[in-house]
Amino acid sequence: MSLMSSTLWPYVALVLVGFLPNEVWRWTGFILARGVDESSEILVWVRAVATAVLAAVIAKLIFFAPGALAAVPLSVRITALVGGFIGFLLIRRSVIAGVATGEAVLIVGALMFRP
Amino acid sequence: MVRAMSAPPIFNFPSYTAAWLGGVRSAWLSVYAYVLFGTYIGIGALAYDFNFSLVWVTASTLLVWAAPAQVILISTLGGGAQLIEVAIAVGLSSVRLLPMVVALMPVLRGPDTKAYQLLLPAHFTAVSMWVESMRLAPQIPVHRRIPFANGLATGYLVSAVTATVLGFYLAARLPPLLTAALLFLTPVSFLVSIVRNSNLMIDRLALIFGLVLGPVLAYRDVELDVMWAGIAGGSIAYVAQRVRGAMR
Repeated sequence: MSLMSSTLWPYVALVLVGFLPNEVWRWTGFILARGVDESSEILVWVRAVATAVLAAVIAKLIFFAPGALAAVPLSVRITALVGGFIGFLLIRRSVIAGVATGEAVLIVGALMFRP
Repeated sequence: MVRAMSAPPIFNFPSYTAAWLGGVRSAWLSVYAYVLFGTYIGIGALAYDFNFSLVWVTASTLLVWAAPAQVILISTLGGGAQLIEVAIAVGLSSVRLLPMVVALMPVLRGPDTKAYQLLLPAHFTAVSMWVESMRLAPQIPVHRRIPFANGLATGYLVSAVTATVLGFYLAARLPPLLTAALLFLTPVSFLVSIVRNSNLMIDRLALIFGLVLGPVLAYRDVELDVMWAGIAGGSIAYVAQRVRGAMR
């Protein structure tokens, strides 16, 4: 157990349950990408899956919010996300405008509807 | 509107180094360097709150390099969850990296590219780098795309690591509402980024299906919810586009 001393253990955990379960997807993608042509039909599907997975991650971060974000009511979190989308569409399709609008809605909403 | 639709300039870099520096420059000129800065202040502060060390959280930024995975890692590991639970939660949140890498590698690869040259871009693949690489790489000569993508990721990493350190030191002084706002940066910037890169119906459908199916499957306690939401949502979007194409 000398290797698992208290100073080293967090780093072992970081590699085992942080780095590896995350990186394995990149490695698998790296292997699967070999032989896939830039213009192949399967990539159209893969891109759609990538977009949908990312969308699912976004929705989970809103519905099952981490840390201090969980203290903001769910309705405010959803409204703020929609606000970001609308801000992006209305203000020159600018990413920064969308992010700023969403953040503004979140902060105002959190102040108005303190749990 | 005409300005937005016109073709952007083509980046023609004279050397490998110039392409890499061009990537760093593009990173710092894009909104993501600043979104990441805010996000990683939140992550640094979160790590401080859960009693991780500064070196540990900085290492997690360099090794994991995926904000949602790091948030989950810090809050579950710091919260005393079983190691296997942490690994599964982190792994599930990162499923998106697989199709992202599969989509990006052929864009960066030229006829003379060696496989090992793609290892670093594969590790660097994260939403910010992926969105900007997929958008800008097609405007760059094929043999300069890898250094450009590496430069892009390096620029973002410098921003993220700096913010991780800053957030760690600021943690005790950050009001909870600000921390909440910083944690909200990840979902809102991800959403706006996908919308911006969604020029085709298939992208928009995939986005909508993913947003709906993700929480539906999660609330129903379906295992591997994010993965199934992505495969199902992406496949429905793909089929819808094929059907629409066939009907024309």
